[in-house]
Amino acid sequence: MTDTLHSVAPTARAGMEPAVRRALRANRLLAPVADHMPAILAIAGCVMLWQLVVWAFSVPTFMAPSPIAVLSAFRENGVILWNNLLPTLLEAAMGFVSGNLVAILLAVWFVYSPLAERAFYPIAVIIKSIPIIALAPILVLLVGNGIAPKIIIAGLISFFPTLVNMVQGLKSASPAMLDLMRVLSASNAEIFWKVRLPASLPFLFAALKIAATSSVMGAIVAEWIGSSYGLGALIIEATYNFRSPLLYATVVIAAALAVILFFVVAIVEKKVVRWKPGNHG
Amino acid sequence: MAMAQHKIDLQAPELAPPAVSVEHLHVRFGGGQSEFTALKDVSVTIPKGALVTMIGPSGCGKSTLLRCIADLVPVSDGTISVLGQTPRKAREGRDFAFVFQEATLLPWRSVLDNVRLPLEVGRRADTAAYADPERLLALVGLQGREKALPHELSGGQRQRVAIARALISRPRILLMDEPFGALDEITRDKLNEELLRIWKETGTTIVFVTHSIPEAVFLGEHVLMLAAHPGRVKAYIKVDLPTERTLAIRDTVEFIRITAHLRRLLEEC
Repeated sequence: MTDTLHSVAPTARAGMEPAVRRALRANRLLAPVADHMPAILAIAGCVMLWQLVVWAFSVPTFMAPSPIAVLSAFRENGVILWNNLLPTLLEAAMGFVSGNLVAILLAVWFVYSPLAERAFYPIAVIIKSIPIIALAPILVLLVGNGIAPKIIIAGLISFFPTLVNMVQGLKSASPAMLDLMRVLSASNAEIFWKVRLPASLPFLFAALKIAATSSVMGAIVAEWIGSSYGLGALIIEATYNFRSPLLYATVVIAAALAVILFFVVAIVEKKVVRWKPGNHG
Repeated sequence: MAMAQHKIDLQAPELAPPAVSVEHLHVRFGGGQSEFTALKDVSVTIPKGALVTMIGPSGCGKSTLLRCIADLVPVSDGTISVLGQTPRKAREGRDFAFVFQEATLLPWRSVLDNVRLPLEVGRRADTAAYADPERLLALVGLQGREKALPHELSGGQRQRVAIARALISRPRILLMDEPFGALDEITRDKLNEELLRIWKETGTTIVFVTHSIPEAVFLGEHVLMLAAHPGRVKAYIKVDLPTERTLAIRDTVEFIRITAHLRRLLEEC
């Protein structure tokens, strides 16, 4: 019976009318839109309500610009926004990569050396509990006012969730799995690459998704402390000059950047983690 | 050389080492005040090619004994010899394979890649002599599921994959620790029958731990019963049933007589 099904299916597809095929493709593209229709409608509703409130109460533009004013700010300041988006993206991405890399390597060290974990985990917690906004001026004094403090802050903010999750993930292999590897006389390196590391991936990606959005926040906060470029600097400048539509447009761009980075990580996760976590056979 | 070995086997069978020989085995866990004796003076011999089931009340150390043979638990006193070698040597030579209660499949690997895992790790002696993974999957009735991921399989199918993985190194001994304990009864019955078939086809020695008396009697040529506190041998019984067994044998008077006898012994433990 399976044979018949296999032989019928390809012929059916090959003989399909182009129109039918086009309709199927359109359906595949539209299906996600239909899925998110409630969210799209709710967002559109909120924006419309905002516009109506601004109109109805004649709110001054410097206090709260209407969505239409924000839209025209996008049009008028396109070049400025783009030129300030790129450095922030660069800082966030470099912070994301370096912070997570250090966290992953540290987690590996902690898993293989309980002494290192006991010694340095508390330090990681202490660094984590320093408010990031208080750390920024210190870093400016330490490493100057260039791109370095921004990368460090974006990295620090990415670092901690990844460290915690990665340690947990590397330890998540079940005792039975480790027994199996012992029966197979597997070396520690083999256990690491074949069992511990793949088992940690769902934990790692959960942290990376948090880090993707918070690294953008880290870069922006770092730019507030005496920077002349980047979305953070633009936010400060627009605020001081009462250019509220530009301020709002910058905030929208910053949020969009964070959301895009989040989805990039989510797409990579979908490609890499094809199994259901927590189900160890 | 293999032929000469074979000749010795024929002429003087007592010279060939048994599959497993355990002598005056003691296993103690912890130390000082919290010391706990898991096994006390256990001696047992499992001949080559046998299917021995091990049963006993919980805490009798049947899993511990199996794990000692597999070099997973250190021996406190006494000796274990696996095909005439230490358990460690036997482990490194892949002379035995182990099937756990959970299938312990790597969830990110396909069925085929899980079966192939022993080819990729450890000191694998002579992988050319290993069995063909695809044929093993056919042997356990999973042909066509090679590309499936473990979470797409049922519990019984996952355990079949684990058995195929254990058989890939053509082990001379198969150690099974309650492999079907977590499965429903219908699946379990089916796998019991298939295990008997695999045993006959491969000629592997099987040591099978279970907590079910009917399962122990249905599978076992011999039943090794352990008593608890401390774990020790209570009885080592030959099962007086024909070697060709189907599930229907469980309805015979003989089968019921043997299970009743074992149940009485178990109550004394």
